[in-house]
Amino acid sequence: MLIKQTIRRYILENFLFTDDESALQDGDSFLAAGMIDSTGVLEITLFIEETFGLKVKDDEMLPENLDSVDNLVAFIQRKQVVAA
Amino acid sequence: MSTTFRLLQEILLNAAARYPDRTALVAGDLRLSYREVADYACRLAHALHQRGVGRGGRVVIFMDNDWRCAASIFGVLLAGGVFVAINSQTKRDKLAFILRDAGARVLLSKSNLAWVFGPVADQFPTLQVLCAPDTEALPVGVENLDEVLADLPATPPPQSAISLDLAGLLYTSGTTGEPKGVMHTHQSLLFVLDSINDYLGISEDDRLFSALPLNFGYGLFQWFSAVRAGAMLVLERSFTYPAQVFKRMRDEIVTGFAGVPTIYAMLLDQDAKQPLRFPSVRLLTNAAAALPAEFISGIRRIFPQAGLYKMYGQTECIRSAFLEPALAEIKPESVGCAIPGTELLLFGEDGRPVAPGEIGILYVRGPHVMRGYWNQPEKTAEVLVPGPLPGEFLLKSGDLFRQDVEGDFYFVARGDEIIKSRGEKISPAEVENAIYSLSAVREAVVVGIPDRLQGEAVCAFVTLREGDKLSAQQIKRVCSERLENYMVPKHVLLVSELPRTENGKLSRKLVLEQYAALLAQSA
Repeated sequence: MLIKQTIRRYILENFLFTDDESALQDGDSFLAAGMIDSTGVLEITLFIEETFGLKVKDDEMLPENLDSVDNLVAFIQRKQVVAA
Repeated sequence: MSTTFRLLQEILLNAAARYPDRTALVAGDLRLSYREVADYACRLAHALHQRGVGRGGRVVIFMDNDWRCAASIFGVLLAGGVFVAINSQTKRDKLAFILRDAGARVLLSKSNLAWVFGPVADQFPTLQVLCAPDTEALPVGVENLDEVLADLPATPPPQSAISLDLAGLLYTSGTTGEPKGVMHTHQSLLFVLDSINDYLGISEDDRLFSALPLNFGYGLFQWFSAVRAGAMLVLERSFTYPAQVFKRMRDEIVTGFAGVPTIYAMLLDQDAKQPLRFPSVRLLTNAAAALPAEFISGIRRIFPQAGLYKMYGQTECIRSAFLEPALAEIKPESVGCAIPGTELLLFGEDGRPVAPGEIGILYVRGPHVMRGYWNQPEKTAEVLVPGPLPGEFLLKSGDLFRQDVEGDFYFVARGDEIIKSRGEKISPAEVENAIYSLSAVREAVVVGIPDRLQGEAVCAFVTLREGDKLSAQQIKRVCSERLENYMVPKHVLLVSELPRTENGKLSRKLVLEQYAALLAQSA
């Protein structure tokens, strides 16, 4: 749950500029909703690397890993299992 | 390449006749042959005719950067109309402004954008909306584009336009904050297209790659260049997910790559983590903003077989200058010389040619110069000045350049306060206007500050009315609701006072000077 809350707060604050939780659904595609663009993905990547102590590889920068709250949570969990 | 065309749509009909089964466009997982693109465009032209679009009629295309947008541009032209392609990030106010300013008869869009265009279209009782279905349901009162096209013939309707007619209105940011519609005719666009394909040597064997938006001259001409040559365009919606983009480039063995400095900066960052190589690329271009000289060696490593063309242009003439790849390292600061068939001139403030080596204002001469700004005769008169022959106009770029003894040009400074971020032009006034929509704001000044990835980052300085409270986040939020994402300030600084000139006016220059130290911290 903590991962999801952290991600949600980051996306809301930095891409939607709000603390209104209803503005973001966990399954929303960031790209389709027009919330982020190329530099936004780099910022998200940097954020999860720093916050969760992960290394995101070039070939992991894909929508299935990064394009929604749900995808990000699943991706971070997978990475943490591998790292553990 | 020797064929001459009078109307822009003829390049598609010609390619479809010569290479019907050749792939024209790869967009996402979809591959379209030239016949398929032409069939779609012809059906759309009939649909537009039925809805009253004829010679000169404006059709706004508000779609993601995908195959529909690319094919629709030709559909509008085949109907005799004028295409107005706008960025899919456009928000309601600006969409309404453009629909009104252009006097659009039809809006072409997609249901995932209905949340933007739905409330706007209601303000235009005579506007007809044709909407392609997506995951979202179609709004009420809007026709399903796919159903409309299903029964229409895939043959071109009779053509009525001539080469002097308008083909496109390309909206571009202006210093006053309201976008201006740059008028291009079939003639001006075909001319610049042939000039570009000539110096880049694009052939039917090329597979060009672009993630640049089709509403922007540089992105649009990736598509036109491909169609003109009978080549293939690999079109990505954006550069958002680099791994996906790189895979596509490798799978399609692309031979051409069009980038802006922000894209090249991202490639260099990726390459530093894990080496990136694209040996299939022979043709590499940069435009929209100057490529930092220190990028060049890294770019060479990533694209070991490619010639790098540094280019300069503006929507008002699409492209002005290019530097031969052999000179990329020898003259890393230069944008080269005029594109084939055109001329570049440097004049002083007095309108006379400057001495060699001296700084002057760049003027562009050639058949690629626009016909003016739509409905804006005064603004047109500021930039189109009488040329050497009666009835001829030179384009005053406004930018300052100097020229070396061999005739190559060097950019010195912009003549206006437009910010260039991620290759996009941003009007500080447009961002300031969005910030002023918050009643707590007393004054706002928006400037561009150096940023490695973005070129310039948008930075807003804001003072508040006494007793009012507002956070930087609230300011960013109102910007994100009104402006395209790339215009939303990266930095918002709430300050107690803003510097003024002796006449008491706010000055972007003074703001930059006074807050240099603060900016260094935030950047």
